[in-house]
Amino acid sequence: MTHRRFTLFGLCAAVIGLSAVSLMVGKVWISPSVWLQPHNALGAILFDLRLPRTLLAVIIGAALGMSGAAMQGYTRNPLADPGALGVASMAAFGAVLTLYFGAGAQQPWIIALGAMIGALSAVGLLIALAGEGSSLVAFVLSGVILQTLAAAGVALALSLAPNPWAKDEIITWLMGALTDRSMGDVTLAGPLILAGMILLLTLAPALDALTLGETGARSLGINLGQTRLILALGVALTAGASVAVTGVIGFVGLIVPHLLRPLVGARPGGLLIPSALGGAVLVVAADIAVRLTPGAAEVKLGVAMALLGGPFFLALLLSMRRRLG
Amino acid sequence: MTTLSFDQLVVTFAGRRVLGGISGVLEPGKVTVILGPNGAGKSTLLTMLAGLRRPDSGRSLLGDQGVLDLKPRVRAQRIAFLPQTPEIAWAVEARILVGLGRTPFIGARGLSADDAANIEAALKSADALDLADRDMSTLSGGERARVLIARALAGQPEWLLADEPLTGLDPGHQLDALALFQTLARTQGCGVVLTLHDLNLAARFADRVLVLSQGKVLADGLPDEALTPDVIATAYGVRARIKKTRDGLQVEIVERSRPGGL
Repeated sequence: MTHRRFTLFGLCAAVIGLSAVSLMVGKVWISPSVWLQPHNALGAILFDLRLPRTLLAVIIGAALGMSGAAMQGYTRNPLADPGALGVASMAAFGAVLTLYFGAGAQQPWIIALGAMIGALSAVGLLIALAGEGSSLVAFVLSGVILQTLAAAGVALALSLAPNPWAKDEIITWLMGALTDRSMGDVTLAGPLILAGMILLLTLAPALDALTLGETGARSLGINLGQTRLILALGVALTAGASVAVTGVIGFVGLIVPHLLRPLVGARPGGLLIPSALGGAVLVVAADIAVRLTPGAAEVKLGVAMALLGGPFFLALLLSMRRRLG
Repeated sequence: MTTLSFDQLVVTFAGRRVLGGISGVLEPGKVTVILGPNGAGKSTLLTMLAGLRRPDSGRSLLGDQGVLDLKPRVRAQRIAFLPQTPEIAWAVEARILVGLGRTPFIGARGLSADDAANIEAALKSADALDLADRDMSTLSGGERARVLIARALAGQPEWLLADEPLTGLDPGHQLDALALFQTLARTQGCGVVLTLHDLNLAARFADRVLVLSQGKVLADGLPDEALTPDVIATAYGVRARIKKTRDGLQVEIVERSRPGGL
Protein backbone atom coordinates (compact mmCIF):
# COMPACT_ATOMS: atom_id res chain seq x y z
CA MET A 1 0.00 0.00 0.00
CA THR A 2 2.77 2.43 0.87
CA HIS A 3 4.58 1.17 -2.20
CA ARG A 4 1.57 2.12 -4.26
CA ARG A 5 1.32 5.55 -2.69
CA PHE A 6 5.01 6.14 -3.28
CA THR A 7 4.65 5.18 -6.94
CA LEU A 8 1.61 7.41 -7.41
CA PHE A 9 3.44 10.32 -5.83
CA GLY A 10 6.45 9.69 -8.06
CA LEU A 11 4.28 9.56 -11.18
CA CYS A 12 2.52 12.82 -10.27
CA ALA A 13 5.87 14.49 -9.69
CA ALA A 14 7.14 13.15 -13.01
CA VAL A 15 4.09 14.48 -14.89
CA ILE A 16 4.58 17.94 -13.42
CA GLY A 17 8.35 17.95 -13.83
CA LEU A 18 8.33 16.67 -17.40
CA SER A 19 5.54 19.08 -18.35
CA ALA A 20 7.69 21.94 -17.08
CA VAL A 21 10.63 20.69 -19.13
CA SER A 22 8.35 20.23 -22.14
CA LEU A 23 7.34 23.89 -21.92
CA MET A 24 10.97 24.99 -21.93
CA VAL A 25 12.85 22.84 -24.42
CA GLY A 26 12.67 22.58 -28.19
CA LYS A 27 14.21 24.39 -31.15
CA VAL A 28 13.97 27.52 -29.04
CA TRP A 29 14.72 27.60 -25.31
CA ILE A 30 11.99 29.34 -23.36
CA SER A 31 12.86 30.30 -19.83
CA PRO A 32 10.12 30.12 -17.20
CA SER A 33 10.39 33.91 -16.78
CA VAL A 34 8.56 34.35 -20.10
CA TRP A 35 5.38 33.42 -18.22
CA LEU A 36 5.64 36.71 -16.36
CA GLN A 37 6.43 38.86 -19.40
CA PRO A 38 3.23 39.23 -21.39
CA HIS A 39 4.92 41.13 -24.19
CA ASN A 40 7.90 38.87 -24.68
CA ALA A 41 8.22 37.73 -28.29
CA LEU A 42 8.66 34.15 -27.10
CA GLY A 43 5.22 34.29 -25.46
CA ALA A 44 3.61 33.37 -28.77
CA ILE A 45 5.65 30.17 -29.01
CA LEU A 46 4.97 29.35 -25.38
CA PHE A 47 1.23 29.95 -25.35
CA ASP A 48 0.30 29.00 -28.92
CA LEU A 49 2.64 26.04 -29.46
CA ARG A 50 4.32 24.67 -26.37
CA LEU A 51 1.39 24.92 -23.96
CA PRO A 52 -1.19 23.15 -26.14
CA ARG A 53 1.41 20.59 -27.17
CA THR A 54 2.30 19.81 -23.56
CA LEU A 55 -1.31 19.74 -22.41
CA LEU A 56 -2.22 17.41 -25.24
CA ALA A 57 0.71 15.12 -24.47
CA VAL A 58 -0.51 14.84 -20.86
CA ILE A 59 -4.17 14.35 -21.76
CA ILE A 60 -3.56 11.89 -24.56
CA GLY A 61 -0.96 9.94 -22.64
CA ALA A 62 -3.42 9.61 -19.76
CA ALA A 63 -6.22 8.58 -22.12
CA LEU A 64 -4.12 5.93 -23.87
CA GLY A 65 -2.63 4.61 -20.62
CA MET A 66 -5.97 4.27 -18.89
CA SER A 67 -7.81 2.77 -21.85
CA GLY A 68 -4.98 0.24 -22.22
CA ALA A 69 -5.22 -0.71 -18.55
CA ALA A 70 -9.01 -1.04 -18.82
CA MET A 71 -8.74 -3.18 -21.95
CA GLN A 72 -6.18 -5.45 -20.32
CA GLY A 73 -8.30 -5.74 -17.21
CA TYR A 74 -11.38 -6.62 -19.19
CA THR A 75 -9.71 -9.13 -21.52
CA ARG A 76 -7.44 -10.46 -18.73
CA ASN A 77 -4.70 -10.29 -21.32
CA PRO A 78 -1.57 -8.19 -20.76
CA LEU A 79 -1.14 -7.86 -24.51
CA ALA A 80 -4.45 -6.07 -25.04
CA ASP A 81 -4.54 -2.43 -26.05
CA PRO A 82 -7.25 -0.13 -27.47
CA GLY A 83 -6.03 -1.45 -30.79
CA ALA A 84 -7.26 -4.88 -29.77
CA LEU A 85 -10.83 -3.60 -29.79
CA GLY A 86 -10.31 -2.15 -33.25
CA VAL A 87 -11.51 1.21 -31.91
CA ALA A 88 -8.26 3.08 -32.63
CA SER A 89 -8.05 1.66 -36.13
CA MET A 90 -11.64 2.52 -36.91
CA ALA A 91 -11.09 6.01 -35.52
CA ALA A 92 -8.12 6.37 -37.86
CA PHE A 93 -10.24 5.11 -40.75
CA GLY A 94 -12.97 7.62 -39.93
CA ALA A 95 -10.44 10.43 -39.91
CA VAL A 96 -8.83 9.26 -43.14
CA LEU A 97 -12.19 9.25 -44.86
CA THR A 98 -12.64 12.94 -44.05
CA LEU A 99 -9.16 13.63 -45.38
CA TYR A 100 -9.87 11.58 -48.48
CA PHE A 101 -12.93 13.58 -49.29
CA GLY A 102 -10.99 16.76 -48.64
CA ALA A 103 -13.30 18.05 -45.95
CA GLY A 104 -10.79 17.50 -43.18
CA ALA A 105 -8.19 19.66 -44.84
CA GLN A 106 -10.12 22.81 -44.05
CA GLN A 107 -11.46 22.12 -40.59
CA PRO A 108 -9.62 20.15 -37.90
CA TRP A 109 -12.86 19.49 -36.09
CA ILE A 110 -14.14 17.59 -39.12
CA ILE A 111 -11.20 15.17 -38.80
CA ALA A 112 -12.03 14.85 -35.12
CA LEU A 113 -15.67 14.24 -35.87
CA GLY A 114 -14.72 11.61 -38.44
CA ALA A 115 -12.48 9.86 -35.91
CA MET A 116 -15.15 9.96 -33.20
CA ILE A 117 -17.74 8.58 -35.59
CA GLY A 118 -15.27 5.89 -36.60
CA ALA A 119 -14.61 5.02 -32.96
CA LEU A 120 -18.28 5.01 -32.02
CA SER A 121 -19.30 2.95 -35.04
CA ALA A 122 -16.54 0.53 -34.07
CA VAL A 123 -18.18 0.24 -30.67
CA GLY A 124 -21.60 -0.27 -32.24
CA LEU A 125 -20.31 -2.90 -34.65
CA LEU A 126 -18.41 -4.57 -31.86
CA ILE A 127 -21.51 -4.99 -29.73
CA ALA A 128 -23.54 -6.14 -32.73
CA LEU A 129 -20.86 -8.61 -33.83
CA ALA A 130 -20.03 -9.98 -30.41
CA GLY A 131 -23.62 -9.93 -29.20
CA GLU A 132 -25.02 -9.41 -25.74
CA GLY A 133 -23.74 -11.87 -23.18
CA SER A 134 -21.39 -13.60 -25.58
CA SER A 135 -17.94 -14.84 -24.73
CA LEU A 136 -14.69 -12.96 -24.45
CA VAL A 137 -13.27 -14.74 -27.48
CA ALA A 138 -16.09 -13.50 -29.68
CA PHE A 139 -15.54 -9.97 -28.40
CA VAL A 140 -11.81 -9.94 -29.05
CA LEU A 141 -12.19 -11.62 -32.43
CA SER A 142 -14.70 -8.95 -33.41
CA GLY A 143 -12.02 -6.42 -32.55
CA VAL A 144 -9.54 -8.17 -34.81
CA ILE A 145 -12.07 -8.17 -37.66
CA LEU A 146 -12.70 -4.44 -37.19
CA GLN A 147 -9.00 -3.74 -37.13
CA THR A 148 -8.43 -5.66 -40.37
CA LEU A 149 -11.32 -3.88 -42.07
CA ALA A 150 -10.09 -0.49 -40.91
CA ALA A 151 -6.55 -1.17 -42.13
CA ALA A 152 -7.94 -2.27 -45.50
CA GLY A 153 -10.11 0.84 -45.66
CA VAL A 154 -7.16 3.12 -44.93
CA ALA A 155 -5.04 1.36 -47.55
CA LEU A 156 -7.86 1.70 -50.06
CA ALA A 157 -8.28 5.40 -49.33
CA LEU A 158 -4.54 5.89 -49.77
CA SER A 159 -4.38 4.08 -53.10
CA LEU A 160 -7.45 5.88 -54.40
CA ALA A 161 -6.42 9.30 -53.04
CA PRO A 162 -7.44 11.93 -55.60
CA ASN A 163 -4.10 13.74 -55.57
CA PRO A 164 -0.61 13.39 -54.11
CA TRP A 165 -1.37 16.22 -51.74
CA ALA A 166 -4.28 14.33 -50.13
CA LYS A 167 -2.12 11.20 -49.92
CA ASP A 168 0.63 13.15 -48.23
CA GLU A 169 -1.86 14.65 -45.78
CA ILE A 170 -3.28 11.24 -44.89
CA ILE A 171 0.18 9.74 -44.30
CA THR A 172 1.44 12.63 -42.20
CA TRP A 173 -1.58 12.43 -40.01
CA LEU A 174 -1.64 8.62 -39.74
CA MET A 175 1.85 8.62 -38.26
CA GLY A 176 0.62 10.49 -35.24
CA ALA A 177 2.22 13.67 -33.96
CA LEU A 178 1.78 16.47 -31.48
CA THR A 179 3.28 19.16 -33.71
CA ASP A 180 1.31 22.27 -34.57
CA ARG A 181 -1.61 21.56 -32.30
CA SER A 182 -3.63 24.45 -31.01
CA MET A 183 -5.61 25.18 -27.87
CA GLY A 184 -8.62 24.34 -30.04
CA ASP A 185 -7.44 20.74 -30.15
CA VAL A 186 -7.10 20.73 -26.37
CA THR A 187 -10.64 22.00 -25.84
CA LEU A 188 -11.89 19.56 -28.46
CA ALA A 189 -10.27 16.41 -27.08
CA GLY A 190 -10.10 17.33 -23.39
CA PRO A 191 -13.77 17.04 -22.42
CA LEU A 192 -14.31 13.90 -24.51
CA ILE A 193 -11.29 12.21 -22.98
CA LEU A 194 -12.29 13.29 -19.49
CA ALA A 195 -15.78 11.84 -19.96
CA GLY A 196 -14.29 8.61 -21.25
CA MET A 197 -11.89 8.37 -18.32
CA ILE A 198 -14.70 8.87 -15.82
CA LEU A 199 -16.66 6.07 -17.50
CA LEU A 200 -13.64 3.78 -17.32
CA LEU A 201 -13.05 4.61 -13.65
CA THR A 202 -16.58 3.49 -12.77
CA LEU A 203 -15.59 0.06 -14.07
CA ALA A 204 -12.89 -0.48 -11.42
CA PRO A 205 -14.92 -2.94 -9.25
CA ALA A 206 -16.08 -4.86 -12.33
CA LEU A 207 -12.53 -5.14 -13.69
CA ASP A 208 -11.33 -6.32 -10.27
CA ALA A 209 -14.07 -8.95 -10.14
CA LEU A 210 -13.16 -10.13 -13.64
CA THR A 211 -9.89 -11.36 -12.13
CA LEU A 212 -12.04 -14.40 -11.26
CA GLY A 213 -13.17 -14.82 -14.86
CA GLU A 214 -16.55 -14.09 -16.37
CA THR A 215 -18.41 -16.68 -14.29
CA GLY A 216 -16.68 -15.44 -11.16
CA ALA A 217 -17.52 -11.84 -11.94
CA ARG A 218 -21.13 -12.67 -12.70
CA SER A 219 -21.43 -14.59 -9.43
CA LEU A 220 -20.19 -11.44 -7.66
CA GLY A 221 -23.10 -9.50 -9.08
CA ILE A 222 -21.34 -7.83 -11.99
CA ASN A 223 -23.54 -7.11 -14.99
CA LEU A 224 -21.21 -8.09 -17.81
CA GLY A 225 -23.35 -6.71 -20.63
CA GLN A 226 -23.35 -3.30 -18.97
CA THR A 227 -19.62 -3.56 -18.22
CA ARG A 228 -18.91 -4.29 -21.87
CA LEU A 229 -21.01 -1.34 -23.01
CA ILE A 230 -19.37 1.14 -20.61
CA LEU A 231 -15.94 -0.19 -21.52
CA ALA A 232 -16.62 0.18 -25.23
CA LEU A 233 -17.95 3.74 -24.79
CA GLY A 234 -15.08 4.69 -22.49
CA VAL A 235 -12.48 3.33 -24.87
CA ALA A 236 -14.22 4.93 -27.85
CA LEU A 237 -14.17 8.32 -26.13
CA THR A 238 -10.61 8.16 -24.81
CA ALA A 239 -8.85 6.38 -27.66
CA GLY A 240 -11.14 7.87 -30.32
CA ALA A 241 -10.64 11.45 -29.17
CA SER A 242 -6.89 10.86 -28.90
CA VAL A 243 -6.64 9.54 -32.44
CA ALA A 244 -8.84 12.43 -33.52
CA VAL A 245 -6.40 15.15 -32.51
CA THR A 246 -3.00 13.50 -32.79
CA GLY A 247 -3.35 10.56 -35.13
CA VAL A 248 -2.36 7.05 -34.19
CA ILE A 249 0.07 6.83 -31.27
CA GLY A 250 0.36 3.16 -30.44
CA PHE A 251 1.79 1.03 -27.68
CA VAL A 252 1.26 3.49 -24.78
CA GLY A 253 -1.67 1.43 -23.52
CA LEU A 254 0.40 -1.71 -23.85
CA ILE A 255 3.65 -0.62 -22.25
CA VAL A 256 2.44 1.46 -19.33
CA PRO A 257 0.19 -0.98 -17.42
CA HIS A 258 2.78 -3.69 -17.86
CA LEU A 259 5.54 -1.56 -16.36
CA LEU A 260 3.35 -0.42 -13.46
CA ARG A 261 1.95 -3.81 -12.45
CA PRO A 262 5.01 -4.79 -10.38
CA LEU A 263 4.98 -1.38 -8.68
CA VAL A 264 1.32 -0.86 -7.77
CA GLY A 265 -0.03 -4.42 -7.85
CA ALA A 266 -1.84 -6.32 -10.56
CA ARG A 267 -5.40 -5.55 -9.38
CA PRO A 268 -6.87 -4.20 -12.64
CA GLY A 269 -9.15 -1.59 -11.07
CA GLY A 270 -6.25 -0.21 -9.04
CA LEU A 271 -4.16 0.07 -12.18
CA LEU A 272 -6.40 2.60 -13.96
CA ILE A 273 -5.19 5.83 -12.34
CA PRO A 274 -1.50 4.87 -12.17
CA SER A 275 -1.69 3.90 -15.86
CA ALA A 276 -3.21 7.26 -16.75
CA LEU A 277 -0.36 9.02 -14.92
CA GLY A 278 2.22 6.66 -16.42
CA GLY A 279 0.81 7.20 -19.91
CA ALA A 280 1.12 10.95 -19.45
CA VAL A 281 4.73 10.57 -18.29
CA LEU A 282 5.60 8.34 -21.24
CA VAL A 283 4.02 10.54 -23.93
CA VAL A 284 5.40 13.81 -22.55
CA ALA A 285 8.86 12.26 -22.22
CA ALA A 286 8.71 10.76 -25.71
CA ASP A 287 7.55 14.06 -27.14
CA ILE A 288 10.46 15.90 -25.50
CA ALA A 289 12.85 13.28 -26.88
CA VAL A 290 11.35 13.62 -30.35
CA ARG A 291 11.78 17.40 -30.23
CA LEU A 292 15.38 17.12 -29.18
CA THR A 293 16.43 14.64 -31.87
CA PRO A 294 18.89 16.39 -34.16
CA GLY A 295 18.04 16.74 -37.81
CA ALA A 296 16.12 19.01 -40.09
CA ALA A 297 12.72 17.33 -39.71
CA GLU A 298 11.24 16.13 -36.45
CA VAL A 299 10.61 12.40 -36.01
CA LYS A 300 6.87 11.82 -35.71
CA LEU A 301 5.80 10.84 -32.20
CA GLY A 302 3.72 7.94 -33.51
CA VAL A 303 6.77 6.58 -35.30
CA ALA A 304 8.95 7.00 -32.22
CA MET A 305 6.42 5.17 -30.05
CA ALA A 306 6.19 2.35 -32.59
CA LEU A 307 9.99 2.07 -32.67
CA LEU A 308 9.97 1.83 -28.88
CA GLY A 309 6.84 -0.31 -28.64
CA GLY A 310 7.61 -2.93 -31.27
CA PRO A 311 10.68 -4.37 -29.53
CA PHE A 312 8.93 -4.01 -26.17
CA PHE A 313 5.98 -6.03 -27.44
CA LEU A 314 8.39 -8.69 -28.71
CA ALA A 315 10.22 -8.88 -25.38
CA LEU A 316 6.90 -9.12 -23.54
CA LEU A 317 5.74 -11.92 -25.80
CA LEU A 318 9.00 -13.83 -25.39
CA SER A 319 8.94 -13.53 -21.60
CA MET A 320 5.33 -14.72 -21.54
CA ARG A 321 6.21 -17.69 -23.73
CA ARG A 322 9.10 -18.59 -21.48
CA ARG A 323 6.87 -18.40 -18.42
CA LEU A 324 4.17 -20.53 -20.00
CA GLY A 325 6.79 -23.07 -21.12
CA MET B 1 -34.14 -18.11 6.97
CA THR B 2 -34.96 -18.61 3.33
CA THR B 3 -35.00 -21.77 1.28
CA LEU B 4 -33.36 -22.16 -2.10
CA SER B 5 -35.46 -24.14 -4.49
CA PHE B 6 -35.59 -25.17 -8.09
CA ASP B 7 -38.79 -25.71 -9.95
CA GLN B 8 -39.20 -27.71 -13.16
CA LEU B 9 -35.72 -26.78 -14.36
CA VAL B 10 -35.05 -27.70 -17.97
CA VAL B 11 -31.64 -26.89 -19.45
CA THR B 12 -30.38 -27.86 -22.88
CA PHE B 13 -26.81 -27.39 -24.10
CA ALA B 14 -26.20 -27.88 -27.81
CA GLY B 15 -29.23 -30.09 -28.23
CA ARG B 16 -28.40 -32.24 -25.22
CA ARG B 17 -30.84 -32.13 -22.33
CA VAL B 18 -28.67 -31.51 -19.26
CA LEU B 19 -31.46 -31.03 -16.77
CA GLY B 20 -34.78 -32.66 -17.48
CA GLY B 21 -37.38 -30.72 -15.55
CA ILE B 22 -36.22 -31.32 -11.99
CA SER B 23 -37.56 -29.74 -8.81
CA GLY B 24 -36.52 -29.62 -5.18
CA VAL B 25 -36.33 -27.44 -2.09
CA LEU B 26 -33.04 -26.94 -0.23
CA GLU B 27 -33.07 -26.02 3.45
CA PRO B 28 -30.86 -23.40 5.03
CA GLY B 29 -28.61 -24.47 7.91
CA LYS B 30 -27.81 -27.74 6.22
CA VAL B 31 -25.06 -29.19 4.07
CA THR B 32 -26.61 -30.55 0.89
CA VAL B 33 -24.32 -32.61 -1.30
CA ILE B 34 -25.13 -33.14 -4.96
CA LEU B 35 -23.72 -36.39 -6.29
CA GLY B 36 -23.81 -38.01 -9.68
CA PRO B 37 -21.55 -39.20 -12.47
CA ASN B 38 -19.73 -36.84 -14.85
CA GLY B 39 -22.23 -35.05 -17.04
CA ALA B 40 -25.18 -35.74 -14.75
CA GLY B 41 -25.95 -32.04 -14.52
CA LYS B 42 -24.47 -31.26 -11.06
CA SER B 43 -22.57 -28.14 -12.10
CA THR B 44 -25.44 -26.99 -14.27
CA LEU B 45 -27.84 -27.29 -11.34
CA LEU B 46 -25.46 -25.21 -9.18
CA THR B 47 -25.15 -22.45 -11.80
CA MET B 48 -28.94 -22.40 -12.10
CA LEU B 49 -29.31 -22.10 -8.31
CA ALA B 50 -26.74 -19.30 -8.35
CA GLY B 51 -28.66 -17.50 -11.08
CA LEU B 52 -25.72 -17.37 -13.44
CA ARG B 53 -27.59 -18.69 -16.45
CA ARG B 54 -31.14 -18.65 -17.67
CA PRO B 55 -32.74 -22.11 -17.89
CA ASP B 56 -34.73 -23.09 -20.96
CA SER B 57 -37.73 -23.32 -18.68
CA GLY B 58 -38.47 -23.51 -14.99
CA ARG B 59 -36.77 -21.35 -12.39
CA SER B 60 -34.75 -21.15 -9.22
CA LEU B 61 -36.20 -19.40 -6.20
CA LEU B 62 -34.65 -17.80 -3.15
CA GLY B 63 -37.53 -17.82 -0.69
CA ASP B 64 -40.42 -16.92 -2.96
CA GLN B 65 -38.41 -14.67 -5.28
CA GLY B 66 -36.97 -15.82 -8.57
CA VAL B 67 -33.18 -15.83 -8.32
CA LEU B 68 -32.98 -14.19 -11.74
CA ASP B 69 -35.47 -11.53 -10.67
CA LEU B 70 -33.15 -10.32 -7.91
CA LYS B 71 -30.79 -7.46 -8.69
CA PRO B 72 -27.42 -9.04 -9.54
CA ARG B 73 -25.82 -7.19 -6.64
CA VAL B 74 -28.42 -8.36 -4.14
CA ARG B 75 -28.25 -11.90 -5.48
CA ALA B 76 -24.46 -11.87 -5.11
CA GLN B 77 -24.75 -10.59 -1.53
CA ARG B 78 -27.00 -13.50 -0.61
CA ILE B 79 -25.62 -16.35 -2.72
CA ALA B 80 -21.90 -17.04 -3.03
CA PHE B 81 -20.73 -19.30 -5.82
CA LEU B 82 -17.43 -21.11 -6.04
CA PRO B 83 -16.82 -22.38 -9.59
CA GLN B 84 -15.14 -25.70 -10.25
CA THR B 85 -11.99 -24.44 -11.90
CA PRO B 86 -11.80 -20.80 -10.91
CA GLU B 87 -9.81 -18.59 -13.18
CA ILE B 88 -7.32 -16.26 -11.47
CA ALA B 89 -6.21 -13.91 -14.17
CA TRP B 90 -3.66 -11.74 -12.40
CA ALA B 91 -0.89 -12.38 -9.91
CA VAL B 92 -2.63 -10.57 -7.05
CA GLU B 93 -2.07 -11.11 -3.34
CA ALA B 94 -4.33 -13.64 -1.64
CA ARG B 95 -5.84 -10.93 0.59
CA ILE B 96 -6.84 -8.88 -2.46
CA LEU B 97 -8.41 -11.96 -4.03
CA VAL B 98 -10.39 -12.67 -0.87
CA GLY B 99 -11.42 -9.00 -0.93
CA LEU B 100 -13.14 -9.61 -4.27
CA GLY B 101 -15.72 -11.51 -2.24
CA ARG B 102 -16.80 -8.10 -0.90
CA THR B 103 -17.51 -6.80 -4.42
CA PRO B 104 -21.32 -6.86 -3.99
CA PHE B 105 -20.97 -4.71 -0.84
CA ILE B 106 -18.49 -2.12 -2.05
CA GLY B 107 -19.74 1.43 -1.97
CA ALA B 108 -18.30 4.38 -3.83
CA ARG B 109 -15.44 4.73 -1.36
CA GLY B 110 -13.96 1.29 -1.77
CA LEU B 111 -13.40 -1.26 0.97
CA SER B 112 -14.53 -0.11 4.42
CA ALA B 113 -13.18 -1.18 7.81
CA ASP B 114 -16.14 -3.55 8.03
CA ASP B 115 -15.11 -5.12 4.72
CA ALA B 116 -11.55 -5.48 5.95
CA ALA B 117 -12.74 -7.22 9.13
CA ASN B 118 -14.81 -9.65 7.07
CA ILE B 119 -11.82 -10.39 4.85
CA GLU B 120 -9.60 -11.19 7.86
CA ALA B 121 -12.31 -13.36 9.42
CA ALA B 122 -12.78 -15.25 6.16
CA LEU B 123 -9.03 -15.82 5.83
CA LYS B 124 -8.96 -17.12 9.38
CA SER B 125 -11.95 -19.46 8.90
CA ALA B 126 -10.42 -20.96 5.78
CA ASP B 127 -7.05 -21.40 7.49
CA ALA B 128 -5.49 -19.07 4.95
CA LEU B 129 -4.18 -16.27 7.18
CA ASP B 130 -0.59 -17.36 6.61
CA LEU B 131 -1.19 -17.09 2.86
CA ALA B 132 -2.70 -13.60 2.98
CA ASP B 133 0.34 -11.71 1.72
CA ARG B 134 1.39 -14.31 -0.82
CA ASP B 135 0.95 -13.89 -4.53
CA MET B 136 -1.76 -16.18 -5.93
CA SER B 137 0.61 -17.33 -8.68
CA THR B 138 2.99 -18.78 -6.08
CA LEU B 139 0.40 -20.89 -4.22
CA SER B 140 -0.04 -24.65 -4.53
CA GLY B 141 -3.36 -26.10 -5.68
CA GLY B 142 -4.51 -26.72 -2.12
CA GLU B 143 -3.47 -23.28 -0.94
CA ARG B 144 -5.34 -21.71 -3.84
CA ALA B 145 -8.42 -23.73 -2.92
CA ARG B 146 -8.28 -22.44 0.66
CA VAL B 147 -7.96 -18.84 -0.48
CA LEU B 148 -10.87 -19.29 -2.88
CA ILE B 149 -13.03 -20.73 -0.11
CA ALA B 150 -12.10 -17.66 1.97
CA ARG B 151 -13.17 -15.52 -0.99
CA ALA B 152 -16.60 -17.15 -0.93
CA LEU B 153 -16.89 -16.68 2.85
CA ALA B 154 -15.90 -13.01 2.76
CA GLY B 155 -19.38 -11.98 1.67
CA GLN B 156 -21.02 -13.82 4.59
CA PRO B 157 -23.56 -15.31 2.23
CA GLU B 158 -26.86 -16.88 3.20
CA TRP B 159 -26.15 -19.58 0.65
CA LEU B 160 -22.80 -21.00 -0.34
CA LEU B 161 -22.76 -23.01 -3.55
CA ALA B 162 -19.45 -24.73 -4.25
CA ASP B 163 -18.67 -26.87 -7.27
CA GLU B 164 -16.21 -29.58 -6.23
CA PRO B 165 -14.49 -27.42 -3.62
CA LEU B 166 -12.23 -30.25 -2.46
CA THR B 167 -10.34 -30.55 -5.74
CA GLY B 168 -6.63 -30.22 -5.04
CA LEU B 169 -6.94 -30.49 -1.26
CA ASP B 170 -5.06 -33.17 0.66
CA PRO B 171 -7.09 -35.48 2.93
CA GLY B 172 -6.46 -33.31 5.99
CA HIS B 173 -7.56 -30.12 4.31
CA GLN B 174 -10.52 -31.92 2.74
CA LEU B 175 -11.74 -32.75 6.24
CA ASP B 176 -11.00 -29.19 7.38
CA ALA B 177 -12.99 -27.74 4.50
CA LEU B 178 -15.96 -30.02 5.10
CA ALA B 179 -15.86 -29.31 8.84
CA LEU B 180 -15.83 -25.60 8.00
CA PHE B 181 -18.85 -25.96 5.71
CA GLN B 182 -20.62 -27.92 8.44
CA THR B 183 -19.86 -25.24 11.04
CA LEU B 184 -21.13 -22.55 8.70
CA ALA B 185 -24.39 -24.43 8.31
CA ARG B 186 -24.78 -25.28 12.01
CA THR B 187 -23.72 -22.03 13.65
CA GLN B 188 -24.59 -19.38 11.08
CA GLY B 189 -27.53 -21.05 9.44
CA CYS B 190 -25.85 -20.76 6.09
CA GLY B 191 -27.21 -23.07 3.41
CA VAL B 192 -24.30 -25.02 1.96
CA VAL B 193 -24.63 -26.84 -1.35
CA LEU B 194 -21.65 -28.83 -2.62
CA THR B 195 -21.01 -31.10 -5.52
CA LEU B 196 -18.61 -33.91 -4.67
CA HIS B 197 -17.25 -37.07 -6.19
CA ASP B 198 -16.18 -38.70 -2.94
CA LEU B 199 -19.13 -40.79 -1.80
CA ASN B 200 -17.59 -41.48 1.61
CA LEU B 201 -17.07 -37.83 2.44
CA ALA B 202 -20.56 -37.09 1.14
CA ALA B 203 -22.00 -39.82 3.33
CA ARG B 204 -20.21 -38.50 6.39
CA PHE B 205 -20.69 -34.78 6.07
CA ALA B 206 -23.94 -34.31 4.18
CA ASP B 207 -27.18 -33.58 5.98
CA ARG B 208 -28.87 -34.37 2.73
CA VAL B 209 -27.78 -36.04 -0.46
CA LEU B 210 -29.18 -35.39 -3.90
CA VAL B 211 -28.13 -37.93 -6.53
CA LEU B 212 -28.45 -36.76 -10.13
CA SER B 213 -28.29 -39.04 -13.10
CA GLN B 214 -28.83 -37.97 -16.71
CA GLY B 215 -30.43 -34.73 -15.67
CA LYS B 216 -32.94 -36.32 -13.31
CA VAL B 217 -33.05 -36.62 -9.52
CA LEU B 218 -32.36 -40.28 -8.87
CA ALA B 219 -32.41 -40.13 -5.09
CA ASP B 220 -32.92 -37.42 -2.50
CA GLY B 221 -32.73 -37.72 1.27
CA LEU B 222 -30.54 -38.47 4.25
CA PRO B 223 -27.21 -40.06 3.25
CA ASP B 224 -28.24 -43.53 4.38
CA GLU B 225 -31.55 -43.25 2.55
CA ALA B 226 -30.18 -41.88 -0.68
CA LEU B 227 -26.94 -43.79 -0.92
CA THR B 228 -28.05 -47.35 -1.48
CA PRO B 229 -26.20 -49.94 -3.59
CA ASP B 230 -29.01 -49.72 -6.13
CA VAL B 231 -28.80 -45.96 -6.47
CA ILE B 232 -25.01 -46.09 -6.75
CA ALA B 233 -25.24 -48.84 -9.36
CA THR B 234 -27.77 -46.91 -11.44
CA ALA B 235 -25.96 -43.57 -11.16
CA TYR B 236 -22.34 -44.58 -11.53
CA GLY B 237 -22.49 -48.08 -13.01
CA VAL B 238 -20.47 -49.57 -10.17
CA ARG B 239 -21.19 -52.21 -7.56
CA ALA B 240 -20.79 -50.84 -4.05
CA ARG B 241 -20.87 -52.24 -0.54
CA ILE B 242 -22.24 -50.00 2.17
CA LYS B 243 -21.33 -50.40 5.82
CA LYS B 244 -22.58 -48.50 8.80
CA THR B 245 -19.68 -47.65 11.09
CA ARG B 246 -19.27 -45.50 14.15
CA ASP B 247 -17.85 -42.75 11.93
CA GLY B 248 -20.86 -42.88 9.64
CA LEU B 249 -21.65 -44.55 6.39
CA GLN B 250 -18.77 -46.21 4.56
CA VAL B 251 -19.06 -46.80 0.86
CA GLU B 252 -16.75 -49.29 -0.76
CA ILE B 253 -16.67 -49.38 -4.54
CA VAL B 254 -16.12 -52.96 -5.61
CA GLU B 255 -16.19 -53.11 -9.39
CA ARG B 256 -17.76 -51.79 -12.57
CA SER B 257 -21.25 -53.19 -12.86
CA ARG B 258 -21.93 -51.98 -16.36
CA PRO B 259 -19.41 -51.29 -19.09
CA GLY B 260 -18.12 -47.75 -18.89
CA GLY B 261 -14.90 -46.92 -20.62
CA LEU B 262 -13.13 -43.61 -20.99
